[in-house]
Amino acid sequence: MPRLDHAGRVTQLRVAISEWTKLRSVRSTRWSLFTAVLLTIGVPCLIALVTKTHWNTMSPGDQLDRYHNRLALATAGVNISVLAVAVLAVLTITAEYSTGMIRASFTAVPKRLPVLWAKLGVFSLVTFALMLPSVFIAYWANQAILHSHNPPILQAPLSDPGVFRTVIGSAIYLTVVGIFAMSLGAILRNTAGGISAFVAIFFVIPPLMNILPSSWNNAISPYLPDATARSIFQLTHDSGSFAPAPGIAIFLGYCILAIAAAAVLLRRRDT
Amino acid sequence: MIEASGLTKNYGDKRAVDGLTFSVQPGVVTGFLGPNGSGKSTTMRLILGLDAPTQGDVKVNGKHYRDHIAPLHEVGALLEARSVHTGRSAYNHLLALAQTHGVGKKRVEELIDLVGLHDVARKRAGQFSLGMGQRLGIATALLGDPSTVMLDEPVNGLDPEGIHWIRNLLKQLAAEGRTVFVSSHLMSEMALTAEHLIVIGRGKLIADTSVDAFVRGASKQIVRVRSPQADRLRDMILAADIEITSVEPGVLEVAGLTAEQIGEAAAEHGITLHELTPVQASLEEAFMELTRDDVEFQAVTAAPPEEVAA
Repeated sequence: MPRLDHAGRVTQLRVAISEWTKLRSVRSTRWSLFTAVLLTIGVPCLIALVTKTHWNTMSPGDQLDRYHNRLALATAGVNISVLAVAVLAVLTITAEYSTGMIRASFTAVPKRLPVLWAKLGVFSLVTFALMLPSVFIAYWANQAILHSHNPPILQAPLSDPGVFRTVIGSAIYLTVVGIFAMSLGAILRNTAGGISAFVAIFFVIPPLMNILPSSWNNAISPYLPDATARSIFQLTHDSGSFAPAPGIAIFLGYCILAIAAAAVLLRRRDT
Repeated sequence: MIEASGLTKNYGDKRAVDGLTFSVQPGVVTGFLGPNGSGKSTTMRLILGLDAPTQGDVKVNGKHYRDHIAPLHEVGALLEARSVHTGRSAYNHLLALAQTHGVGKKRVEELIDLVGLHDVARKRAGQFSLGMGQRLGIATALLGDPSTVMLDEPVNGLDPEGIHWIRNLLKQLAAEGRTVFVSSHLMSEMALTAEHLIVIGRGKLIADTSVDAFVRGASKQIVRVRSPQADRLRDMILAADIEITSVEPGVLEVAGLTAEQIGEAAAEHGITLHELTPVQASLEEAFMELTRDDVEFQAVTAAPPEEVAA
């Protein structure tokens, strides 16, 4: 058997490099990130085109409504692409359980936690690195299409207060929600379970709040994970939602709770 | 070097491994034998720290596996259940694992060639046949140049050429001074490769012995005697702890006496012998004999045990 001239110790950086190899070498990564980029950029372009062609037939009330939400048109893709990002986040960990790869991973890194940190770190970096240019391209494309209307409509220059933060914030939103979704995957260890839990928390529960008495709804809804995370890419906020900084801080708190639960379970459970 | 002491694992109410104490020494191939469901795979998962023992302890090279700074350099393992992402190529699978220890591409390619997966290394592992999957598993096990190699049922799914290759590889690894721990439910396979045996049944240790001693100790030595005066001979030699069966007229199978003793007794009484053959019980028979009561899932059959064994 050929000998190995050098077998080094396991370090966090090495585990991160390993996780980067894992992430880039499966097709689900390429497909979900491609989908996320496409939706993030494509949806605002589509909305801009539709808005531009119908602008002159809209009532003044509708036009004013669009104007108040003009930046939401540029970041609208994020509302859908978040699902692609979350699916990838869940799969990154649950696919290891469903295929048995997790046994090889934990044999190489028996302390286990470095694998979780590396997955979270590599995933966050890749997602943010890809989504940041995507949201800016989406913003510029959306604004350029609306600008080509005569006269230009719904313009929100980056120099306007809050606009720059909102555009960057939409990339941050996608990244932190991905982190939360990955923790769900690590806790549940099952692809269907992880994605279902994510969809329940982010897509099913928020509208369900409307069936509660409105005083309850108003008290609870701002604290729901999606509402707190969203505050980072909302241009304005009212009494029923958090300002960007406290909102994202609360969401990061949820992330820390979910990661802590995942870490404890990862260490304790048989594999 | 693997040392287990009082190793016990419960899954719910079921005890999969029950107070195992054994050690696996370097330099020889140690076979880990037991019927299906006897706790072999669980024991291996406990050694790697994939499962936590309910009681007891197991160490590799003096430490718990998880406390080693370069675990793949200590133990290389092939587990029975597949441990490969089906969507990733063999090359990237090995590379990702190698990178955790700072091991580079050269080593990965070296092992791909060693196990003969060169032509399919860039294919997704999900498309691999059982045999190719085993080869990838063995490459994974050898990646870190481990001092202990632990393989769970390595010949499963291999073709005859692959089985031959595995046998030689195991012997070679042991000759290099490594600890080689190989499980199987097939005694015959172990007979060809192992020098030492650890036998378990229903999670309990049944034997921890050399292969030679195992065969001698576990089976009664039988001598087949063919004689025209078989009935007379039977009366001559019959005694309290001697068992004589007759499979056909004129043929006796004697347990409890050596061929010399029978020959001398026959000569003394002027009995003609046409055949006097010591029958070496096969390793398989010794194994069956030893684990008969410990088989987890015994087939209900009308046939006598001897025929089941054959």
